[in-house]
Amino acid sequence: MTALTASDAETTITSPLGRMLRDIGVITKRNVLRNVRLPQLLLFATIQPVMFLLLFNYVFGGSIGRAPQLAQFGSYINWLVPGIIIQTATFGSSQTAVGLTEDLQAGVIDRFRSLPMARSAVLAGRTISDLIRNAFVSGLMLTVGALIGFRYQTSFLQLVFAFLIAMGFAFSFSWVMAAVGLAVKDTETAQTASFIPLFPLVFASSVFVSVESLPDWLRVFADHQPVTVMANAMRGLMLGEAALPAGTTVGGTVTASLVWIAVILLIFFPLSVRLYRRAAG
Amino acid sequence: MTTNIVDVHDVVRTFGEVKALDGMSLSFEPGIIYGLLGPNGAGKTTLIRVLATLLKPTSGSATVAGIDVVADPDAVRTRIGLAGQFAAVDAYQTGRENVEMVGRLYNLSKREARRRTDEVLERIDLMDAADRQVKTYSGGMRRRLDLAASMVGRPEVLFLDEPTAGIDPRSRLDIWSLIEDLVERGTTILLTTQYLDEADQLAARIGVIDRGTMIAEGTADELKDMVGGSVVQLTVPQEKQSTVVGLLRSVSGDEPTIDQSNGRMSIPASSAQTLLTVARKLEEASITPDDIGLRKPTLDDVFLSITGHAAEVGEAGPKRPARSRE
Ligand SMILES: Nc1ncnc2c1ncn2[C@@H]1O[C@H](COP(=O)(O)OP(=O)(O)OP(=O)(O)O)[C@@H](O)[C@H]1O
Ligand SMILES: [Mg+2]
Repeated sequence: MTALTASDAETTITSPLGRMLRDIGVITKRNVLRNVRLPQLLLFATIQPVMFLLLFNYVFGGSIGRAPQLAQFGSYINWLVPGIIIQTATFGSSQTAVGLTEDLQAGVIDRFRSLPMARSAVLAGRTISDLIRNAFVSGLMLTVGALIGFRYQTSFLQLVFAFLIAMGFAFSFSWVMAAVGLAVKDTETAQTASFIPLFPLVFASSVFVSVESLPDWLRVFADHQPVTVMANAMRGLMLGEAALPAGTTVGGTVTASLVWIAVILLIFFPLSVRLYRRAAG
Repeated sequence: MTTNIVDVHDVVRTFGEVKALDGMSLSFEPGIIYGLLGPNGAGKTTLIRVLATLLKPTSGSATVAGIDVVADPDAVRTRIGLAGQFAAVDAYQTGRENVEMVGRLYNLSKREARRRTDEVLERIDLMDAADRQVKTYSGGMRRRLDLAASMVGRPEVLFLDEPTAGIDPRSRLDIWSLIEDLVERGTTILLTTQYLDEADQLAARIGVIDRGTMIAEGTADELKDMVGGSVVQLTVPQEKQSTVVGLLRSVSGDEPTIDQSNGRMSIPASSAQTLLTVARKLEEASITPDDIGLRKPTLDDVFLSITGHAAEVGEAGPKRPARSRE
């Protein structure tokens, strides 16, 4: 250890990277604290997806699950759990837009922007804390799913990989939502605006049903859009290749899912940082 | 090189059609409190935001501590503290956590941030509430906490946007003494206010702004000379008004000012004697006023005397943030 001079004791970190990580840590902690201190936020963020899981399984499971393409997986719950986790994670990421607009409107972002802190820290701290919340809720979904009959058909390692893909997508989608929030700047608008990308992506996908039943024009979109790709990659990893549409492989869909995550991040990370710098403009 | 700590030169900032700043210039030396006085929509907040690197000027230039706010905002941020118009504190964090967080973001070590947090909370008299979540704080306490957060980095220049707006008179005095205390320790402060008495009490120099430009500048005394100090103000029954106008003219030697909206008349008062003179003349004429008194000059009087019209309140007014769950 090097000896501390007086000024070292006051201002510790000198490397820009170290300062950035520290700033991200400080902001992440602040946001996580809010979830912990307002447990009702987390409670309602959890109740809704769990309700979805139960409703879909017990109400629709009977009819949708008996469709020939789905029946082959034994029980509908096996098909449903990977899908509903990616659905929950995608919806959960819309909180990034809401949280950012709340901070904007409360003047907190002004304070942060007037401080000598890393430029990316406010956004990174927000997306990371949302990822943490998303991981918590999704982990719970997996547990509830297991309680009502979900069984993975592959290895535990593949299950973990599938979960990580869902989280990777949730994180990248948080950056999309960050851009939405920074563009609209107002919480109510952010809430409605975030549904515009969310609804078609989540419902015109293989999350709840097999896309084979969709009309051709919609199927082209549904087959290639990221939420379907994520759901398929997770199913491949959790249930094996038999769970995938004919002609696709687990390796192929997993690669496609990682490419999607990377592409979304490459576009929306710089875009959001740019919007953030001009946020007050 | 300049010895001015804040130097604003011909800054224009537009928002679409609106010219929030329209050729604003301002400079002052370190170690003082500079008071920016102006009505709603004058451009006070916009100027503070330009200086705090939150907003780029459309044209013109501005430096803080000799550093250009557009060319090197990062360097400016290490020198400044900001307490915006509405307290930017987290409701679900404790007072201590709020201030400590800001300290950490000024790159203070954990220990130093903690030490200074204790120090500023002590000074700002929030020690008793330090470990309570801010959602339990009153509006005045939040405001003080926001000030504490802006001070924890020991900035050279502190920007305070209407630091006492919406605060009860007692807390207002507390904040005033805190601000005076800060300047004694060498901080330079730029504060905005809508109250002449606040600028008078605190500021070594006062700039009066209207529609994005500086319309008058000087010490409190210089401004008051411009306004003519206190006024005698009275209202009388409608039918007596013309008689009283003549009577007031005979006292002040000039036309009295009449507020058309409520018929209130006023004349400059060199001392309380003016009030007594007016009262005596009213009595001689057997007129009983509805209301009469000696009043200290307000922002309105400053405006009236400088521009010849009363302060027009900007259309948009202050943008109150939608309060998130508290
Ligand atoms: N972000 C913005 N977008 C559009 N117009 C704005 C914006 N910020 C300020 N304005 C406009 O610029 C003008 C000056 O506003 P500013 O907030 O600087 O006034 P102010 O002197 O701080 O007023 P107040 O006393 O009400 O706080 C107003 O007409 C306001 O509507
Ligand atoms: Mg303002």
